Amino acid sequence: MLAAEAELKGLMVAGLAGDKAAYRVLLTALGDVLRRYYSRRVGRDDAEDLVQDALIAIHTRRATYDAQQPFTPWFYAVARYKLLDHLRRKRVRAAVSLDDAGDLFAEDDSEAALARRDLETLLAALPEPTRALIRQVKIEGLTMQEAAAQTGRSEIAVRVGIHRGLKTISDKLRGKDAREDG
Amino acid sequence: MKTDELIENLSETLSPVPRHAVLLRLAQGVGAGALVSFIVLCAWLGFRPDLSSAVDTSAYWMKFFYTLSLALFAFWATERLARPSSKAGWPLLGLAIVILALTFLSGMQMMHTPPAKRMPMLMGHSARICPWLIVALSAPIFVGTFWSLRTLAPTRTVLAGAVAGFASGALGAWIYAFRCDETSAPFLLVFFTLGMALVGLAGSLIARRVLRW
Repeated sequence: MLAAEAELKGLMVAGLAGDKAAYRVLLTALGDVLRRYYSRRVGRDDAEDLVQDALIAIHTRRATYDAQQPFTPWFYAVARYKLLDHLRRKRVRAAVSLDDAGDLFAEDDSEAALARRDLETLLAALPEPTRALIRQVKIEGLTMQEAAAQTGRSEIAVRVGIHRGLKTISDKLRGKDAREDG
Repeated sequence: MKTDELIENLSETLSPVPRHAVLLRLAQGVGAGALVSFIVLCAWLGFRPDLSSAVDTSAYWMKFFYTLSLALFAFWATERLARPSSKAGWPLLGLAIVILALTFLSGMQMMHTPPAKRMPMLMGHSARICPWLIVALSAPIFVGTFWSLRTLAPTRTVLAGAVAGFASGALGAWIYAFRCDETSAPFLLVFFTLGMALVGLAGSLIARRVLRW
């Protein structure tokens, strides 16, 4: 454990300085740790999503790691935060899907139209480039590479853009549910 | 999306992170907010008319350093709480000591004042508006601070929001001190601290919604 700490910390510090090779080794190692961590706590399907969520969080928030401090506590705090966030989301989703099921049985075909309208409303809240990306990848079924080629952006920009957009939408949904509950 | 591809992409586009990146990011938000707040003070309230003679009094510097030291300790704590797994014990202890010191000073002033004059000394002439003016002047700083925090990674969200709010309130109070001409320690302790605490409360209330990442 102590050896792992020294090794991971060294890689992280190198990564913060811009060392891509060290950073790739680090993320791969962390991915394995995260996979074990999450698959013990959530279902197998959710675990891989969470691994990716956590890796993106580690990447986008890497500036918050203080190199004076040990690395492992920082890493586990991020992993744990993402786990709790996921469980909270899941609770909200479970409540929503039960309600929706009741409505579906009551009035069958208008529901699809409503869903489409809701989807458009939610998408409308996003900036145009993000909206287009989500439409292309999540609705029309393009791959990330194809969307990147079409929009002339890098693939990572596409990935991160979609990730952010979906998060904005889910935050919005959560906010709406909370208000309806209250 | 394959995790391997994700890792490949993240490391391919890696850019170096400057040292003290958290501090820099906070300084951007707080600095911009403080500038707006200062302009609001100049344009709306103005400085106290007797500022040039007030700087010779200890009451002026007591207000100046009370608000400034609270702001520094609270922003230091915010910088710690903006990181996963970090603790903010020391800066929060510093915050408590400053408040205790002023409490002690206020007690001394009260004891040396005849009972009939204690209430007027506590209430000054602006007790009703003082906390609200502090809240108003803190608003731009509050926005700047939370803008910064949103790009960081607080894991104790409500505490981070409360401390960041209090810090914004303390800096807003420091700016308001250029206007306020109250002189007593008890007034400073009660009504300035109340203004800061209100901003801290606002921070704790919006934290769950705003500081999620």
